Amino acid sequence: MSSSTNFINIGERTNVTGSARFKKLIMADDYETAVEVARQQVENGAQIIDVNMDEGLLDSKAAMETFLKLIAAEPDIARVPIMVDSSKWDVIEAGLKCVAGKAIVNSISLKEGEEDFLAAARKIRRYGAATVVMAFDEEGQADTKARKVEICDRAYRLLTENGFPAEDIIFDPNIFAIATGIEEHDNYGNDFIEALKEIKARCPGAKTSGGLSNLSFSFRGNEPVRRAMHSVFLYHAIPAGLDMAIVNAGQLDIYDEIDPELREAAEDVVLNRRADATERMLAIADKYRDGGAKTSATDDAWREQPVEKRLEHALVKGIDAYVVEDTEEARQQADKPIHVIEGPLMAGMNVVGDLFGAGKMFLPQVVKSARVMKKAVAHLIPYIEAEKEEGAKAKGRIVMATVKGDVHDIGKNIVGVVLQCNNFEVIDMGVMVPWQDILETARKEDADIIGLSGLITPSLDEMVTVAEEMQNAGFTLPLLIGGATTSRVHTALRIEPAYDGPTLHVLDASRAVGVASKLVSETAREELVEETRSAYADIRTSREGKGESKLVSLEEARENRFVPDFGGYEAPKPQSPGLTRIEDVSVDDLIPFIDWTPFFRSWELHGNYPQILEDETVGESARSLFSDAEAMLHRIADENWLSPQAVAGFWPARPDGDDIMISVDGGERRLPMLRQQVGKRAGRANFCLTDFLMPEGDWIGGFCVTSGSFEEQTKRYKADNDDYSDILLKALADRLAEAFAEYLHHRVRTQLWGYAPDEQLSMDAIIKEKYRGIRPAPGYPACPDHTLKPILFDLLQATDATGVTLTESMAMLPASSVSGLYFAHPDSQYFGVATIGEDQLTDYAARRDMPLEEARRWLRPNLA
Amino acid sequence: MSVRDRFLTAAKRRILIKDGPYGTQVQARKLQEADYRGDLDLSADQKGNNDLLNVTRPKLIEEVAHDYISAGAHILATNTFNANRISQADYAAEHLVGEINRSAASILRKAVDARDDGIDRFVCGAVGPTNKTLSISPDVNDPGHRDVGFDEMKAVYREQIDALIDGGCDVVLIETVFDTLNAKAAAMATMEAGEELGRDIPMMVSLTLTDMAGRNLSGQGIEAFWYSMRHARPLTIGLNCSFGATELRPHVAALSKIADAAVMVYPNAGLPNELGEYDEAAETTAALVKEWAGKGYVNAVGGCCGTTPTHIRAIADALEGCSPRRIPQIPPALRLAGLDAFSVAA
Repeated sequence: MSSSTNFINIGERTNVTGSARFKKLIMADDYETAVEVARQQVENGAQIIDVNMDEGLLDSKAAMETFLKLIAAEPDIARVPIMVDSSKWDVIEAGLKCVAGKAIVNSISLKEGEEDFLAAARKIRRYGAATVVMAFDEEGQADTKARKVEICDRAYRLLTENGFPAEDIIFDPNIFAIATGIEEHDNYGNDFIEALKEIKARCPGAKTSGGLSNLSFSFRGNEPVRRAMHSVFLYHAIPAGLDMAIVNAGQLDIYDEIDPELREAAEDVVLNRRADATERMLAIADKYRDGGAKTSATDDAWREQPVEKRLEHALVKGIDAYVVEDTEEARQQADKPIHVIEGPLMAGMNVVGDLFGAGKMFLPQVVKSARVMKKAVAHLIPYIEAEKEEGAKAKGRIVMATVKGDVHDIGKNIVGVVLQCNNFEVIDMGVMVPWQDILETARKEDADIIGLSGLITPSLDEMVTVAEEMQNAGFTLPLLIGGATTSRVHTALRIEPAYDGPTLHVLDASRAVGVASKLVSETAREELVEETRSAYADIRTSREGKGESKLVSLEEARENRFVPDFGGYEAPKPQSPGLTRIEDVSVDDLIPFIDWTPFFRSWELHGNYPQILEDETVGESARSLFSDAEAMLHRIADENWLSPQAVAGFWPARPDGDDIMISVDGGERRLPMLRQQVGKRAGRANFCLTDFLMPEGDWIGGFCVTSGSFEEQTKRYKADNDDYSDILLKALADRLAEAFAEYLHHRVRTQLWGYAPDEQLSMDAIIKEKYRGIRPAPGYPACPDHTLKPILFDLLQATDATGVTLTESMAMLPASSVSGLYFAHPDSQYFGVATIGEDQLTDYAARRDMPLEEARRWLRPNLA
Repeated sequence: MSVRDRFLTAAKRRILIKDGPYGTQVQARKLQEADYRGDLDLSADQKGNNDLLNVTRPKLIEEVAHDYISAGAHILATNTFNANRISQADYAAEHLVGEINRSAASILRKAVDARDDGIDRFVCGAVGPTNKTLSISPDVNDPGHRDVGFDEMKAVYREQIDALIDGGCDVVLIETVFDTLNAKAAAMATMEAGEELGRDIPMMVSLTLTDMAGRNLSGQGIEAFWYSMRHARPLTIGLNCSFGATELRPHVAALSKIADAAVMVYPNAGLPNELGEYDEAAETTAALVKEWAGKGYVNAVGGCCGTTPTHIRAIADALEGCSPRRIPQIPPALRLAGLDAFSVAA
C-alpha cells in the first residue's frame, strides 16, 4: 500500500545507541529476537525504521548487513522503508547494498568539507536513496538558530546545484539536550523549532527530521518527564515544520492529557519561557518518576478508585479496556446482577447524559461511552437471565427504521445509540423497512415511539405513506421524523396532516433525547405535543398561497435560458470516449481527496476542517474522532476492507429543447432535464443543465463510483457491541465514495476527457471545486428527478461495472456510492431547480413518457 | 541528438514497438548440441545456451533480428538474456561473456543500420536478472544467507554491459527484474560504465511479477518498485514476461498512473497451456495490447515468451495511428519504498 501522511514516526528501537535492549540482543548475537523488535515497531505504527549499529565493540558493518538481510525476509517488516543510520560511511554503504527499496541515509554532513559531502551524496544517489543532512559543518555542529539555518541553506544549494533532488533531502537541525543546568543549553529547543520554519522557507521541497530522545537526556530514568517533554516538543515543532522524527511511537503522551503542572514545566523548559525553568522542572520531576514506563501518573490514578467510580470514569472517558473486569467486580459485590445496571452503570450514563446535555461532551465521545455500556451490559446479561430476573426497566421503547427504498442509516444509528445511552430501549429494524413491518413490530413490541429515518428525497414520500398507514391502523403513538432531507417544514406540510398521533421532526441526535424523554413523561408530554402542533399549524398557514405566484411560465423560463459563452468554443473531444472502468484505485489514492468537514458534521461537530481540530469547544472531541478515523482508514486500506469501483463514460450529446440527446450505439437516448421556473431578477437566467451543451454538438459524461460494501466488518462490530466503530466505518465509507467522485472527476478533467490536462490545483482547491466543469447528480438540486438514474446506469452499464444497484426509491446500494453527469463547459455551474409549475410537470411527464401522476409523485419535493 | 532525446522524440510521435524473444525462434529451428557449440572448445553440454548462438550462429540471430525489424519493431533487444558470468557458469562458458555480448550487439547494430529507411530504431543491450537474488536467501533455514553480494553482482553486470556498449548498443535494457536489488546493481553498473565513457548510457527497466497481486519475487509492489528505480532515470519503466496481457492489465494501469517516464510493456503470449506452451494467437495479443493503448496506458509495447514476429507485426498493425500515453507531470515529493510504497505529503 502507499500512504500519504503528515507527521512521520521513525521507529528508534532498532538502534543500539538508543535502545539498551536492542544493543544487548545484537551483542549477544540474538538476531532472532532483534528481528522481533523490528516487527513490534512496525506493528506499533513506525512508518520507517531506523537501524543503527554504531557500537565500539561491534563489527558495525557486519551487524548492519546481517540485520538488514534478515528483515528483508520478513514481509511484515520489509514493507516499510529503512533508514540506514550510522556515523560511518562504510557502514551506511554496506547497509545500502542490502536494501531493495528506496531507503533514507542518516546522515551526511559538511563536517569534512564540501568534497566529501558531495561525494557521499553522489553515491547515495546511485543507490537511489534519500538522505538526512545533519546541520554540521567544518566548524562543528550547529547549535543556534542562525547556524542551523546557514548550514542547511548551504548544504541545500550544494546538493541541488549538483543534481540531487530537493525532495530527497531531509534536514536534521540537531535536537540537543535541554534543562541540563548549563545556561547555554536553555534555548536549544527554541533554536531548533525556530530554525525549522526558516529552513523550510529557504529550502523548498526539503523535509525536516530530528532524533527526539536527546532532548530529555538529562532526565534519564524518569520516563514520565521525558515523555512529557517529547510530547510538548512535538506539539510545537510539528506546526513549525517538523516532518518526521525518530521516536518511540508507543511512548508519546497526548498533549492535552499530560498532567497540567508537568505540561507547564515541560513547556517552560522546551520553549525556554523562564530563567528558573530547569529548577522548577527538577523540583517536580521526582513526583512523576514512579509513574514508571507504563502510562502517566494521572492516567493511572482512576484505577485506584472504588469500582463504582471506575465504571463512571470508564463510561465518561469511553475506555473499554477494563470494563468487563470492573463490571464483574461490581456484580460480585451486588445483591443482584441487575443492580449493577440500575446502580453504577446508569449513574455513569447519567453523568454522560448531563455532560452531553450541557455541551461539555460531544457525540463521538457519547458513542464511545455507549460502547463501554454495551460491553458491560453484555457481560451481565447471562447472569440476569440465569436468575430469571426482569430486565432493567427502560424509560421507553422505540422502534426505529430507515424507510423502504432507502439505505442510509448513519444518522439513525447515532440517534439509536444516544437514546440507548439515555436508558431507552431501541429496536432498530435496519434499512429498507416496509411500512407493514414497522407497524407490526411496533404493535408486537408494544413500542412507545416510532422513529423514521431517510436520506434521499423519495423517502419523504415513503414517510408520508408510513404515517397514512399508521392512521389507517388506528395507531396513536408518537412518530418521530429524522434524516438529512427531512425538515420541519416538510413534516408540518406533508406528514403531520396524514397522522393524528403526535408527529415531530427531530433535527439531530442531541435533540432526540430531549424529545423522546418528554414524550414518555406523563407530565411533559402534553406540552411538547401541543407546542409542536401549533408551530406546525403556523408553518402551514404561512406557506399557504406561497410558491406558485412567484413562478413564471415554462415558456418564459425557456426564453430566459442561460447562454454560456460559446464564442470560439470548441467542444473538447474526450481522450477516452465510450466507457472506462476504473478498477485500479485503492483507498490510499482516495484519502487525500476526502472532504473532512461533512464527516465532522455527521457526528454533529460543527465547524470547518482543519480549524475544527483546534476549536476551543469541540476541538478535543474532533481530534479524538479524527485520530480514530485515521486509524480506521489505515486498517481499511491495509486490510482491504473496501474495494472501490467506478465507471465513467463519455458520449456525443446535443440539446433538444430542455432534453439532452445522447448518441450511443448508433442511436440517441433522451435525457429530459428540469428548468428553474422561479421568477428571476433582470440579468439572471432560468437555468437548466441542458443549457450547458453547445447546440452545434457537444459531449457529455456520466459516472458511477462506489467505495464498496463492508458487510463483514459491520457484522463483526455488531457482534462486538461496537456501534462506535460501525458508525465510524459507515461515515468513512461515505466520505471515501465522495472522495472517489472527486478523484475520478480530477482524472476525467486531466485524462479521460482531458479538457484540462494541465490543471494545477491544490487539494484544497479541488475539494472546494475550483476547477472547470461540474458533476451534478440525479436526485440533487440541479437534476432532482431520481428516476433518471436507471437511464444513467444503463448508459454506463453501471451495475455490471461497479456492482451498484438501485432500490425502488432509486437509492444506490451499497449506500456509499455516487453517480452523476459531467459537463465540461467553463460556464457550467451548480444551481437548484427548486419549485416548478404544473405546466412544466405536464410537459416533463410527456417528455419522459411517464404517467402524469407518477411524475408528480417523484417530483413532489419540487412542486408547490 | 542524444539517444535520450531521440527516444523521447520518437516516443512522442507514436507508440513504439518492441521486438519479441529470440528463444521462441531458436526453438522453432530445432538445433542440435553441435549447432550451439560450433567449433568452440567447451567442456559442458551447450544445448539450450541460446546466448552462445550470437558467436556460433550469427547468421541465424541476424535473420531473427531482421524478421522483427520487418515486423515493425523500433526497439530491438540483443539476444543476451543469460549472457552474464553467473548464468553462463551453468554451461562453463563464463570466459565467453565478453565475446557473446559484443557479437550480439554488433549483429543487431548492423541489422538496424542496414535499414536506411528514415525510421528511428534503438539497439538495446538486454540484461537479464541472472539466476541469483540479492534480497532472498536460497536457504529457507538461513534467511540471512546470500549466494552473492551486491558488489559481485554489480561486477557481473558491468562485464556484460561494457561488452554490449562496445558492440554498439544505444541503451541498456534491464529486464525481467524479479529482485529490485539486482536491478539496482545493474543500474549502478550502467551509471559507472557511462561515467567511465563520459556519456549518458540510458536505461530501460522492466519488472516481472510473480503473483497476480502485482508483486515481484522479493515481494515488492509495482509502485514501490518504481520509486526504488526512479533514480536511474530510465527511458522506460514497465513490465515484461509475468503473465499474458489479460493478467497484466491492472498493473499496467497502475504503473501508467504514477510513472513520469515512458511505460513499456511486453507480455507473454497468454498463459502457458497444459503442455507449457504459449499458444495465444497474434490477433488476440494485439487486441489486448490495443486496449491498453486505447486507455492511454502505454508508450511502447512488444512481446515476451511465446510471441513471434507474427505477433509483433499484428501488434504494430493494431497500434497504427494510436496515440501514445501522455507522460504525466508528477509533482515532486519524498517517495520512499520498502516492499510497499510510502509517500510523504509534499
